Amino acid sequence: MNDDRYEIRFGGSGGQGIILAAVIVAEAAAVYDHKYVSQTQSYGPEARGGKSKAEVVISSREIDYPKVIKMDFLLAMNQTALDAYFYDFKPNGLLVVDSTFVEQLPTSRVIAIPFTRMARELGRELVANVVALGAVGRLCPAVSEDSLQKAVLNRVPPKTVELNSRAFAAGAEAAAAFDLSSLPRSITPDEEQEI
Amino acid sequence: MGCEQSGKTCLLQGNEAIVEGALAAGCRFFAGYPITPASEIAELMSMRLPEVGGAFIQMEDEIAGIGAVIGASLAGVKSLTATSGPGFSLMQENLGFACITETPCVIVNVMRGGPSTGLPTSPAQGDVMQARWGTHGTHPIIVLSVSSVIDSFEVTIHAFNISEKYRIPVILLSDEVVAHTRESITIPDKSEFEVVNRIRPGVPPEWFHPYEDNSRGVPPMAAFGDGYRHHITGLVHDVHGYPTQRPDEIDAFQRRQFRKITNGFSEIQMTRSVMLDDADIAVIAYGSVSRSALRAIKMARERGIKAGLLHLTTLFPFPRRIVDPVLRKCRAVLVPEMNLGQISREVKRVNLSAKVEKLNRLDGQLITPEEIFEKLLTL
Repeated sequence: MNDDRYEIRFGGSGGQGIILAAVIVAEAAAVYDHKYVSQTQSYGPEARGGKSKAEVVISSREIDYPKVIKMDFLLAMNQTALDAYFYDFKPNGLLVVDSTFVEQLPTSRVIAIPFTRMARELGRELVANVVALGAVGRLCPAVSEDSLQKAVLNRVPPKTVELNSRAFAAGAEAAAAFDLSSLPRSITPDEEQEI
Repeated sequence: MGCEQSGKTCLLQGNEAIVEGALAAGCRFFAGYPITPASEIAELMSMRLPEVGGAFIQMEDEIAGIGAVIGASLAGVKSLTATSGPGFSLMQENLGFACITETPCVIVNVMRGGPSTGLPTSPAQGDVMQARWGTHGTHPIIVLSVSSVIDSFEVTIHAFNISEKYRIPVILLSDEVVAHTRESITIPDKSEFEVVNRIRPGVPPEWFHPYEDNSRGVPPMAAFGDGYRHHITGLVHDVHGYPTQRPDEIDAFQRRQFRKITNGFSEIQMTRSVMLDDADIAVIAYGSVSRSALRAIKMARERGIKAGLLHLTTLFPFPRRIVDPVLRKCRAVLVPEMNLGQISREVKRVNLSAKVEKLNRLDGQLITPEEIFEKLLTL
């Protein structure tokens, strides 16, 4: 298809702030970057716990199908979510995981950062999603780090701006330590790739 | 939540856009009972209505919710309620009361998987026929559907306008995908859309016959407290609003209900055609599924298949005059739905010799573009 959809999926468990994180990415792309976005989610009937999935599609054109078709970017905040939501992954997509909870990796094309542990060190485990957003801002080409930071600070309660600022910066810094070009180019091993 | 300022770009959910659309259309009353996946409508209304001088009541259940909505509308205030399948079932008796008393109101049903509690957080389109035939007795009703955030805003305004103009309850069908998808929307300025208000009596109170016929078939409507005698009953009534048993009055009353809608077909029946001009195969879809269908026909076009889409906003009265030429022109029509075929039957009824194929999903998942595309390849 002749379009420039960039498809993002965030997965975790209910209560980890997965949906809010996706809303913030969508807001950054739509309101600050003036792109078309579509943000969707699926969740179970439980109030807490259970798997939680949120998706964002970003495009320069009007979006027809609102959900992810082939993922460019997956952020998995725990092992269950990674196992459940790794399907539909583009071979050259980027996988980012919270290494606090994820131990088994399906590919070596992965960026593993201990978001939750870093959030604990900042004083509040609750901001793990914002630490992750800092990394998303640095690693994801479809949304600018600047817009994402603005969107984060615009969304959080005024009293927590300072904490969230630090959380975002910590995530961005951790991601900056990775060299994307040193990763394998595809999740499919070289010997299996079609020539 | 919400987006008060016109001209500003916001990220809204379909449910939130319905609220903004209702407020833009002049709705100033909401009564209802929260239910997934429609709760955001009540939640946002409870915040936004007081800001614009309106009133919000959380009622004890959906029966009371629609009761209060009918009462508020009879008092002259544009009114909304929102629910999902189980609550919509509870509303059916009072919905009939709104029909027979010709009380304008808008009822949003965000469809979930059913029946009963079913799949509260998953999309479905199982309530299409309930919207048309859920209440008892022979009655016309208008059923509209929405497929995106912009649609949720614009079609809600249309819903209120049509409801006011024709004095008829309008059902707005959304589904979990549309309701919870966030997309960017710029709320237009008031001058950019039309708002229709019900016609009030133009005669002095002593000359007023509340149900007297006229060329439009829509009698002017007095609000309670205006000084106009206005008797409201669920019994079939004469031009004064009092119960009647006279066959000639009953027949005239019943037929006027249908005539007023038939007169308005051209503006009530809203559809959107995409790449249908040269199409020899068409998809007819509504709600979130129409978005999968839109992508599917683009995929088909890339493969050289002349596919087009007829997107239905109005489901009832069924837009047969628009569907008919599509059925005549195309060698096959596909109707994908998240039920076992409620609109496909209506499509088939338009032209029994046409080839109408179904594609159905009942597992709480949105039909994908790929599925529709693959089905098109087989037609």
